[in-house]
Amino acid sequence: MNAYLLCVLVLAAGTYAFRLAGPLLHGRVELPVRVQELLAVGATVLLVALLATGALTEGQDFAGWARPLGVLVGGVLAWRRAPFAFVVVGAAGATALLRLVGIS
Amino acid sequence: MRSPHRTDDPVERTTGLVRFSDLPPGVLRDIALVWAADLIVGVSFGAIAVADGLPVWVPVTMSLLVYAGSAQFSAVAVLTAGGGAAAAAATGLLLNTRTAAFSLAVADSLGRSWAARLVGAHLITDETAAFVLAQPDRRSRKAAFWISGIGLFAMWNVSVLGGALAGSVLGDTGRFGLDAAFPAVLLALVMPALRDSGNARRAGALGAVIAVAATPVLPAGAPVLLALLGLVAIRRRPGKATAAAAPVPDVALAPAQDQAQPQDQAQAQAQAQAQAPETPAPASPGTPS
Repeated sequence: MNAYLLCVLVLAAGTYAFRLAGPLLHGRVELPVRVQELLAVGATVLLVALLATGALTEGQDFAGWARPLGVLVGGVLAWRRAPFAFVVVGAAGATALLRLVGIS
Repeated sequence: MRSPHRTDDPVERTTGLVRFSDLPPGVLRDIALVWAADLIVGVSFGAIAVADGLPVWVPVTMSLLVYAGSAQFSAVAVLTAGGGAAAAAATGLLLNTRTAAFSLAVADSLGRSWAARLVGAHLITDETAAFVLAQPDRRSRKAAFWISGIGLFAMWNVSVLGGALAGSVLGDTGRFGLDAAFPAVLLALVMPALRDSGNARRAGALGAVIAVAATPVLPAGAPVLLALLGLVAIRRRPGKATAAAAPVPDVALAPAQDQAQPQDQAQAQAQAQAQAPETPAPASPGTPS
C-alpha cells in the first residue's frame, strides 16, 4: 500500500479510537493525574523535538543558517503573542530574505 | 415530537436538537473567532504540506479522516523529512493521546444516541473541549460542542483544501522560506505549554537536544520518538501535581485565548479540574486538535 495512505489510515483509526474513549468508557474510567501530566508534557516534548530537528537539520545534515534564523524570528513573534499568521509569514519571510542576500 | 413534560426537564432537554439560542451571549462570537483562526492555520497546513512535496490528496484526506491539527503538522513533518509511514503515524498518535482525556471530559455533551456519540467523537478537539468546559449548564455545553465542532470541521477541511491547491502552484518553495514555516508553526503551537510549565521546558529542551544529536546517526523519524527520553527531566512536586503541566493546545491563538474565557470561571474551573487534563482547557483553544 502507498506509504502516505497507510500513514493517514493508521493515524486516523488510532485517533478515532482515542476519541471514542469518552463516549464508550464514560463514568467507568478516569485517567490518573500523573498519567495526564505525562501525556501533556510528552506531547510538548514531541513538538519541541520536531521543531528543533525541522529547524536545524535537512536529511541527516545541518540545514544551513537561513532556516533556523527564520524559525527564531517566528519564535520571537510567538513569544510576543503575535497572531498565528504573523508567526508563519515572519519565519518564512526572514528565511526568504536571508537567502535573497546570499545566506543559505 | 417531545411530550410537554419532557421539555421541562433540563436533562431530557439535551436529547433535542441544538439551537444557537442555547449558547450564552457572546459565545457564538468567540466560536467564530476560533473558526477564523483555524482557517488561517488550515490554509498554512495545506500549502506547506504540498509545497514540501506531498501530493494534494495527502493533506486533504488527512484533514478529513484524522482531523487533528498538531498531529497532522507533525506527521507531515516526519513524512517530508523521509521518516516513513510508521514513524509519522506513531508521532501523530502519541500527540493525540491527549484527545482521549478530552474525550472523557466532554462525553456528556455529545448527546445520548449512538449516532450522536459516534459522529460527535470525531469532532472532539482541543477547541471543542475548551468551549464545552467553559459553558455553565448542560444545554449550552451540548450546543457549544455541536456548533463549534461542526463549524470547525467544515472550516478546517475547506481551508486545508484551499491551501493545498494554492501550495501546488508555488514552485520553488525554498525561495519563499516555506521550509522555515513548519517549525515555526510547531513553535507557536507549543509556546503556551512552554510558558506555563517548567517541566515542559526542561523535558522539551532535553528532548530537543537528544533528537538533534541523534539525527545524523538514526533513520529519519526515530530521533523525534527518542526525544521522549527527555521526560526524565520532569520534576515531581508533591502536592502540586496538577500545576506541573499544561496541555498542548492545538494551535495557540492569542486572541482566541482572550476571547474564550469562561462565562462562569469558577464552574468551568471546577469542571476542568475534575475532568480535563491539568490547567483548564478553556484557557487555550486553538486548531482542531
